[in-house]
Amino acid sequence: MVFSKKSLQFILAALVACLPLFGFANETQDSLNVHTETTAVAHGHEEAHELDPNSLEGRKAKIDAFKMHHVLDSHEFSLFENDGQHFGFPLPIIIWDNGVHIFSSSKFEHGHAVAESNGNFYRLGHDEKIYKVESATAELSGDEHHPTNEKVLDFSITKSVLTLMVVALLMFLLFRSLAQSFAKNGGISAGFGRLFEPIVLYIRDEIAIPNIGEKHYKRYMSYLLTIFFFVWFLNMFGLTPLGINVTGNIAITAGLAIITALITNFTANKNYWGHIFWMPGVPTPMKIILAPIELLGVIIKPFSLMIRLYANIFAGHVVLMSLIALIFLFQSWVGGPLSFLLSFALSTIEILVALLQAYIFTMLSALYFGSAVAEHHHDDAHH
Amino acid sequence: MEIPRIIGAGLVVIGAGIGIGRIGGSAMDAIARQPEATGKIQTAMLIAAALIEGIGFAAIFAS
Repeated sequence: MVFSKKSLQFILAALVACLPLFGFANETQDSLNVHTETTAVAHGHEEAHELDPNSLEGRKAKIDAFKMHHVLDSHEFSLFENDGQHFGFPLPIIIWDNGVHIFSSSKFEHGHAVAESNGNFYRLGHDEKIYKVESATAELSGDEHHPTNEKVLDFSITKSVLTLMVVALLMFLLFRSLAQSFAKNGGISAGFGRLFEPIVLYIRDEIAIPNIGEKHYKRYMSYLLTIFFFVWFLNMFGLTPLGINVTGNIAITAGLAIITALITNFTANKNYWGHIFWMPGVPTPMKIILAPIELLGVIIKPFSLMIRLYANIFAGHVVLMSLIALIFLFQSWVGGPLSFLLSFALSTIEILVALLQAYIFTMLSALYFGSAVAEHHHDDAHH
Repeated sequence: MEIPRIIGAGLVVIGAGIGIGRIGGSAMDAIARQPEATGKIQTAMLIAAALIEGIGFAAIFAS
């Protein structure tokens, strides 16, 4: 049998792409529904469960609710759900309300019930925030998405926090064993080290040294390596079917960006501050104009770091979810293969984006550190 | 006031798209002229693209 390798791969890909076609091909009934029921557009702002779940509007509302649910942090680890039945596990709730209250998030029954702890009653809002209510039967007052009830300080181990902990532990064990394997093997990597050593060297030789300089780069290497692998691992975890969205959460990217900003400003030498407040080499009136702009730049730099990572991952997740939702929107044989092909292509790009965003975050952090420790002579900058 | 904001965000995104496109195109030209400098050009290209991208995202979230 002589087949060129490429065409074989193509046939295989085409076959896999057609798989959903057979799965959905016999549901001709539903494809008719789409066309007939688009006319019955529901008016007003209604919730997903109040609409007919089989109408187009109902499905759209359901998809929107699901997307919203996915991109938000959550108080339980829900792997998947089917007809209101949740598969997953609850997480501990830790709140401060005149004393610490600790209880399991299963008490909320996925937001349908009031949780009681030491005589206080709490309810989970639609925005995944915990609100205080008066009694065991009370509903949240005010608008569905912006309740007017009193909020409590929430220190819960949420889905994102759990993932952060897991990734931190994973990284600790991974890189600890990596370091030990170097010691055992006499400076030659083994096992995981084979995979990660080139990446570590790349960060040192291509990111840290060119941007920070030979003299100072060692101080920042630990942070740069940590941030690179942390962001990369979190991005990759977000692409697994576990349905977690950690780096697509603005609070977490803000935390990372703030650490970068703190390190930049606290390790900066006098040249850095000199360039901000009294830019050398320009006329005096220009110096006065430049000072506030440069000062603003101190805040804008970490802000752009935060927004870039958050928006890239968030947008990736939303688009991927929308493509998967095509199946439920079309409800005909078109939806399956189309959704499969598009989401497969996008997932491939997302793997690249996961690495690229980790790289960009590390690169820009190194750039900012480099500007903080740059010596007076800019002419012979390392490049 | 919703529509002008959305249009403004759209304009910014168009600008950011043109900007990133120009960066990519110029980087291609540069790599074609000097293939041995590919690594350096790619690094500079990614940084510039990331900075513009940040503005585009800021516009989307401000709208």
